Amino acid sequence: MDVLDIARWQFGIITVYHFVFVPITIGLSAIIAGMETAWVRTGKQEYLRLTKFFGRLFLINFAIGVVTGIVQEFQFGMNWSDYSRFVGDIFGAPLAVEGLLAFFLESTFLGLWIFGWDKLPRGLHATTMWLVHIGTLFSAWFILAANSWMQHPVGYRYNPASGRAELNDFWAVMLNKVQLVTFPHVVLAAYMTGGAFVVGVAAWLYVRKEHVADQALHRKAIRIGAIVALVAGLGVAITGDAQGKIMTEVQPMKMAAAEALYESEQPASFSIFTIGTPDGTSEKFAIKIPNLLSFLATGTWDGKVEGINDLRATYEKEFGQDPGAAYYTAGDYVPNIPVTYWTFRFMIGVGLLTAAGAALILWLTRKGRTPTSGWFGLMALSVPVLAVSGSSFGWIFTEMGRQPWAVFGLMTTANGVSPSVSTFEAATSVIVLTVLYGVLAVIELGLMARYIRKGAEPFVEPPDPDIRGPQDDDQPLTFAY
Amino acid sequence: MELTTVWFILIAVLWIGYFTLEGFDFGVGMLLPVLARDDTERRVMINTIGPVWDGNEVWVLVAGGATFAAFPEWYATMFSGFYLPLLLILVALIVRGLAFEYRHKRDEAHWTARWDLALIVGSFVPAVLWGVAFANIVHGVPIDADKEFTGTLFTLLNPFGLLGGLVTLTLFLTHGAMFVALKTTGEIRLRARELSVRLGAVAAVVAVVFLVWAQIDTGSLGSAVLFVLAAVALVAGTYLAHLGREGWAFVGTFATIALAVAGLFVALFPDVMPTTLADGVSLTTTNASATAYTLKVMTWVAVIFTPIVLGYQSWTYWVFRRRIGTHHIPTAELAAR
Repeated sequence: MDVLDIARWQFGIITVYHFVFVPITIGLSAIIAGMETAWVRTGKQEYLRLTKFFGRLFLINFAIGVVTGIVQEFQFGMNWSDYSRFVGDIFGAPLAVEGLLAFFLESTFLGLWIFGWDKLPRGLHATTMWLVHIGTLFSAWFILAANSWMQHPVGYRYNPASGRAELNDFWAVMLNKVQLVTFPHVVLAAYMTGGAFVVGVAAWLYVRKEHVADQALHRKAIRIGAIVALVAGLGVAITGDAQGKIMTEVQPMKMAAAEALYESEQPASFSIFTIGTPDGTSEKFAIKIPNLLSFLATGTWDGKVEGINDLRATYEKEFGQDPGAAYYTAGDYVPNIPVTYWTFRFMIGVGLLTAAGAALILWLTRKGRTPTSGWFGLMALSVPVLAVSGSSFGWIFTEMGRQPWAVFGLMTTANGVSPSVSTFEAATSVIVLTVLYGVLAVIELGLMARYIRKGAEPFVEPPDPDIRGPQDDDQPLTFAY
Repeated sequence: MELTTVWFILIAVLWIGYFTLEGFDFGVGMLLPVLARDDTERRVMINTIGPVWDGNEVWVLVAGGATFAAFPEWYATMFSGFYLPLLLILVALIVRGLAFEYRHKRDEAHWTARWDLALIVGSFVPAVLWGVAFANIVHGVPIDADKEFTGTLFTLLNPFGLLGGLVTLTLFLTHGAMFVALKTTGEIRLRARELSVRLGAVAAVVAVVFLVWAQIDTGSLGSAVLFVLAAVALVAGTYLAHLGREGWAFVGTFATIALAVAGLFVALFPDVMPTTLADGVSLTTTNASATAYTLKVMTWVAVIFTPIVLGYQSWTYWVFRRRIGTHHIPTAELAAR
């Protein structure tokens, strides 16, 4: 393995890992803020108990999301310095703005939320969690704008004198048409994940004998989680469909690879299952639904969808002429077909299963029913796992499907890697981070399991700072590390 | 003023924000086994920074992101060149950040002890390595004509670099002790105050040697003034700690770090990363910068949002202004809530 392979593996491993925690953070922060607001407005104890219970799980999750996020920002410079030089003028800005607008907001107001129960008036305390959530949305917006630019570069010009891509329209980058469909898709998937987390955990607790006294509480959480997951899931499907059409337009090769569509078709059929030849130029066996791909890709039942072999010729003609003009090496422009093909299907499949799981839990617990079957608890816990893996498959698909490009049409991944980094350094990095992340996963899951099993604590009226006197300053803190 | 100069100053400000704020976080973490006699006292120390450490750490993320945006070449050369030290810093920041959140999640002694170790080592490593990194940036490192760093890890471990690491280490220890003295009550406050005086004396000696060396190496009139002010602030802060004026003493170390970092950036200007190679290229505010358009967009964002961030971050410190003592640490039963 050379530095390029190692750097790619590292990017894949740590980014997919990081993004296990991100959608839970985005989705759960909104749900918790909603629960706390419901408590402030209605005074119903169950809402505060749920706020605190899911709040604790949220913090266990958030901590890993934050610390693994630091690596994300540093690794562009560490492993991808030529990429950073080439695109820094455009790509750096959203990262910097993300830090200034999102990270400060999230970290500061989460600190206030964690420690502020006895210091902030109730409404303001609930507001801090809303601000954390807004911070996560800002964060998603800017990092997705950066990623969308890699999928579909806009608002720039290539400067032959400096050999760099240079920003000339910031708003074009912010309002990139890929961004406008990617942001809702990713954020809705995060809401679905947050909902799946709540419904899965609550359903598991719902059927546990030791928590039988809290069945009403858990049924409440099941309903909240399931509704969020199902509504958001519908949105994920709609935005995903819109994304497919934009993708066909700006990255036709990715769509063709997603379908393992070797030859152009009109109308094109959707493949349920395709096996290609080892050299990746034709299909050997396939099961297909007629016309469906045409609809997914173009919005009409008989639209033309270009195949891999035609696109390969087009790309070679377009990009293979003058490799000196920009940062790429002429070569094969076809991504890894099995990876793109299967991750695309898994993404859609587990997304549908997540929604189905949430609906099934809702159905099985309707009108106070309590499922007695032993598999119910396991099925419930698999719902958030499915939701999270949907995000992982989605990202692996969209990033692998862009290959060999780092920035579509401008720079190949191979040309972005750091020239000054040695194989030893890169290997050390990927091994250290992978082992560390593995250990942290075990610790995190252990803590999650422990605090899920505990269930919600009994209701305790939090001290209201509006009616506290100065003599209370010697009371123990309501929360301490 | 040129926008490249504006952004050089803004990046200096971001690093000053980072070192003055997370500097005391690192100090508190490293001093855990020194200042605290038992678990409750350790928790007192950890809770002085509990609500704010994460916000403090964001300064380095914004500094990194702003460098990427405003000086892509600087970001690319520095981050790919200082590869292994940065990897160590990342690992340290990861385990340290988790220690805050996970330490109290289980009661077993071995669990707490391991996270304490993560917190102590995770604070020590970046406290030293940031100093090593900055000393090397100011002095210069081998950068070739392609703007690539050509050295190794050992290139950075030169006497000047190591002394820089010792400076940040002793300064952050002092800063942390001052902070604990300012934010706690009871015995630990007295212990912290007493230790801060001794640490301040050590830091003053190390810092003066380093700053004189840096001034001779690459300094200008401006950096000389700032270095002298930094040294004065440190001596004054230490003396004020001795007098028991904890607030002003903390202001003293805060000013010391701010002035010293400012002085180093002034010494650096207009380079951002000078080369030590005869046929190499020094990265400067002009040849490493982004385009004027990007800098203009970024300037607008910074002008609008930095005051807002400073506002709410200051407000957090106001909300959590109260001193903490052992009697504030909730019992296990309370914590279960």
